[in-house]
Amino acid sequence: MKKKLALMMVAAMTMASVVGCGGGSDAAPAAADTATDTAADTAATDTTDTAAADTTADATEAEAPAAEGMIKVGIINNDPNESGYRTANDADLKATFCEENGYDASFAYSLKNEEQINAAQQFIQDGVDYLLLSAADTSGWDSVLQDAQANGVRVILFDRTIDADPSLYEASIVSDMRAEGDKAVEWMKSQNLDEYNIIHIQGVMGSAAQIGRSDALTETAADEGWNIVMEQTANWNAEEAQQIVQSVIDSGESFNVIYAENDNMAQGAVAALDSAGITHGVDGDVKIIGFDTNKFALEELLAGNWNYDGQCNPFQSSYIDDIIKTLESGGTISEKTIIMDEKGFDAETITQEDVDTYGI
Amino acid sequence: MQNQNKSGFSAFLGKLVRQQYFIPLTALVLLALFNLIADPAFFKISITTNSAGNAVLSGTPITILDYGSELAILAIGMTLVTSASKGQDISVGAAVAIAGSFILRMLCGGDSSSTTLHMPIICAFLLGCVVAMLFGAFNGVLVAFFKIQPMIATLILYTAGRSIAAWFNNNELPIIKDTTFSYIGGFIPGIPIPTPFFIAVLCMIVITLVLKFTNLRLYTEAVGINENSARLNGLNPAAIKILSFVLLGLCVAVVGLIKVSRVSSINYSVIAKDIEMDAILAVALGGNSLSGGKFNMATSIMGAYIIQFLTQTLYKYKVPSEALPAYKAVVVILLVVMSAPTVREYFSNLMKKIKVKEAA
Repeated sequence: MKKKLALMMVAAMTMASVVGCGGGSDAAPAAADTATDTAADTAATDTTDTAAADTTADATEAEAPAAEGMIKVGIINNDPNESGYRTANDADLKATFCEENGYDASFAYSLKNEEQINAAQQFIQDGVDYLLLSAADTSGWDSVLQDAQANGVRVILFDRTIDADPSLYEASIVSDMRAEGDKAVEWMKSQNLDEYNIIHIQGVMGSAAQIGRSDALTETAADEGWNIVMEQTANWNAEEAQQIVQSVIDSGESFNVIYAENDNMAQGAVAALDSAGITHGVDGDVKIIGFDTNKFALEELLAGNWNYDGQCNPFQSSYIDDIIKTLESGGTISEKTIIMDEKGFDAETITQEDVDTYGI
Repeated sequence: MQNQNKSGFSAFLGKLVRQQYFIPLTALVLLALFNLIADPAFFKISITTNSAGNAVLSGTPITILDYGSELAILAIGMTLVTSASKGQDISVGAAVAIAGSFILRMLCGGDSSSTTLHMPIICAFLLGCVVAMLFGAFNGVLVAFFKIQPMIATLILYTAGRSIAAWFNNNELPIIKDTTFSYIGGFIPGIPIPTPFFIAVLCMIVITLVLKFTNLRLYTEAVGINENSARLNGLNPAAIKILSFVLLGLCVAVVGLIKVSRVSSINYSVIAKDIEMDAILAVALGGNSLSGGKFNMATSIMGAYIIQFLTQTLYKYKVPSEALPAYKAVVVILLVVMSAPTVREYFSNLMKKIKVKEAA
């Protein structure tokens, strides 16, 4: 009885909170949000699962009449609260796949692979034309993608790639994290510092961004004989990064480069430097490198407080839009994997225009 | 005579082991000894000048006091909740995100990159306290009136809290550029000791006075030991339980303020991540029973600083931080084993045997 009550409360609370969150956006995606998030949050018991699935069905069925002549897409993404990158990514997708552009889009969010797979099955049942997918995990997608193929649903991967046979999807539009890291390391090399004593702050271990960006640094450091003073994960977290840098300062070891795998961690690292009175940036002792081109980070570059910021392009929707248009007009896609253009910004050359255009 | 002395000594030893201070003190002494032998520079404190031009103390002990303070403040509230409700609140990390986000929202007035404060920091903080206490009361009501186990009840906020936090700021990442705001998580000009430590000391003084001059301790322990007899003695167990959660909410608001002040910003998905586990560990390390009843506030607070001591030691020796939880797990296992009834019985038997031998 207690358990039941608890589950009901969980369901009610998440419903309420998520409806609250979706308040700003239009009603349909908000409804889809609620359904999937509830499934996400109740510890996946059978009863609640079916209930949640039913709500998804209702939500999408309710939209069906509006879908005449429109291209129906189901978009599965990670939780937009995950990071500034994801927020920008989600906003970009919502702006492109709207009714004005001839799309009837439904959204589902989860950071968990199995819930994403459930959502995908639901979208296939609802008969979407395209399934756009940013998978939480690289594996486990084969059977659901085969279902999609059998039902004539075309799949386009964005942001993240998966371990599945390429024949199962039409295209994949991804960021090359390794190339982002290489670009940043290349920039470091071009600085011709007398010595390289690097604090390497990593993201959540095992994530694609962490692996790509870490490998770039680790390999070059080994080749060039750079000294890694500290290599530690701060889990994309500013305060953890601050503590890690603080502990290096306390130990008295000297360093002159901080390579943080995202902007938040770079921000935390800089806070530690500030409280210890260590100068950083263009005229400072320590070079600061960040990733993801958050607006605040680019502003720090512009002010000369940081040195370099690598872009991780969240704006895949125009690429996806092109692909769908090509496929709809009967064309074929020449390149299955499209790697997005990504820039790196140097504090000495960045302009206000860059901040406004590329800041997320 | 000799015998009497000996038995006096072992009696003293037995008494020491039974003391609640025994576990945290042993841990502290072990950690301190280890660091002293491995590298005495660990305890070096020096004076540096921070980037604002103030002389400040720096060194690992200062860092421990600085970052351990947040945990110490949470441990105060968690001890009360543990005592009254016989369970733990696992939503404090999410609640810190809510409080921090709300405080930022009040300060920047909805404009995510505003340069001026929209209200005095103290007002924003007090409003943040109200919000955090309301969420605390929500948990408390679930536990007290609906009789849901605390871990299950707080699971609701644990899952939904970070989304609520993001919603307060429309998913944007507000940045406060006002320098006075950064004093709270850093240093006040002219004072070389980190402000969070002062805040923690203030909280400790307040809770000591409250416990000394009110019946809070008596009532909380009474409810925790036996709810029914507490009721028969005219106490209202539900009200006491809710009160404990509301007080934890207050602690959460203080920590939220410190956390967002450290980097003058927030990242909803990772701020104060897993801090609830450290707070619970602090209570356990303080020798308090996790199944409620009598409690010792001072040892909980000691526990919090010891955890930070451990974390900082592990950073110092460059233990990869994905391995940090494993080390903490070892501590938890030791604690649980030491407090298990069978082990306690074994030790008290051993003590008796020694005594008998001595007497013979």
